[in-house]
Amino acid sequence: MNVVPFRIQIITIFITLLFLIYIGRLIVKGKLREEYSFFWIVLAIILGVFSIWRDGLDIIAKSLGVYMAPNLVFTAAIFAIFVYLIHLSIVVSKLHNKNKDLTQEIAIMKTLLEDLHKKELTDKSENNQQLTKEHGTER
Amino acid sequence: MTDTSHKPLIAAIIPAYNEEHSIGYVVMNLLEVAKTHQFNLDVIVVNDSSTDNTSQIAAKLDCILINLPSNLGIGGAVQTGFKYAFLKGYDFAMQVDGDGQHPPKEISKIILPALANEADVMIGSRFLEKSGFQSTFLRRLGINYFKHIIKVFCGIRVSDCTSGFRIINSKALEIVNSYYPDEYPEPESVIQFHQNNLTIKEVQVEMNEREGGKSSIRAFNTLYYMIKVTIAILFTYIRLKKHKIK
Repeated sequence: MNVVPFRIQIITIFITLLFLIYIGRLIVKGKLREEYSFFWIVLAIILGVFSIWRDGLDIIAKSLGVYMAPNLVFTAAIFAIFVYLIHLSIVVSKLHNKNKDLTQEIAIMKTLLEDLHKKELTDKSENNQQLTKEHGTER
Repeated sequence: MTDTSHKPLIAAIIPAYNEEHSIGYVVMNLLEVAKTHQFNLDVIVVNDSSTDNTSQIAAKLDCILINLPSNLGIGGAVQTGFKYAFLKGYDFAMQVDGDGQHPPKEISKIILPALANEADVMIGSRFLEKSGFQSTFLRRLGINYFKHIIKVFCGIRVSDCTSGFRIINSKALEIVNSYYPDEYPEPESVIQFHQNNLTIKEVQVEMNEREGGKSSIRAFNTLYYMIKVTIAILFTYIRLKKHKIK
């Protein structure tokens, strides 16, 4: 155990803590919904665990039969990123559909409302015409 | 208006995106045809948040105008019309392109057989007999490709599945009210109709080249169109097949 990695250990722990605080702040401010923060909190915890438990990565890599520990990191990270991207695509698709439904509903409601408004106006004028006993042939 | 109430109500849905040059012509023609044949027909213009004067022009015409607050694309726009027609209890919903591709004299050709209940879905086809505007060679090639795909999946022959000139009855209207394909809906919806056990029939019509506006399928994204529709057809087929078994 040499002293040099000790410095990087402190830096990573510090960064992980900052990251967790940042995620927490985002949730508190309502800028990030809890369901989407889950991934990031888990990620921060994993980072934290490996920055405290220094031999952890080597031990896990060895037990999985990976000769170079960094390869395990890259493989796992890329896999996680892909899965999360798919998740985001699903979220976007859902939003897209909801957005479409809302747009259609609003447009239809607006048309119906204008119809109602016009009807009201014509009804009023018809009433006025009846009052003066001059109703024309148009409806 | 009351003396024609016993006649089936038809909604003519015109999806319009930047069609200021042709929308007036299309709506007037439809009303003219409805008058001569005494159809009980309302024109519904769905303005897909055009950036030109489509909305202002349509507002002056004798039609129901639905303004979409944001652009949904052809599928979303047409479905808005379908939803409105379903809500208002129309008996038939017809789709007519806003660019003047569908000549007025052809309109009755698809309405009359639909009114006679010949099929749940009537599609105006350019290719049953070769007459009128036949589109470009490449586009015909694409349409042929879809024809074969639909034949494989549905076992029916639809010679012009990309045609936006169609009329559906209330049975089909109920289905498209809850789901209608999004981006390039025409070929996909053919599969959808078939999977829902609706009968589809084609009638020969002649089409013009568009009066104004652009096709929703431009040259550079043709490949995207082909791949997207193929995938969409495949998955619509699988999804609805599962649905049917349940």
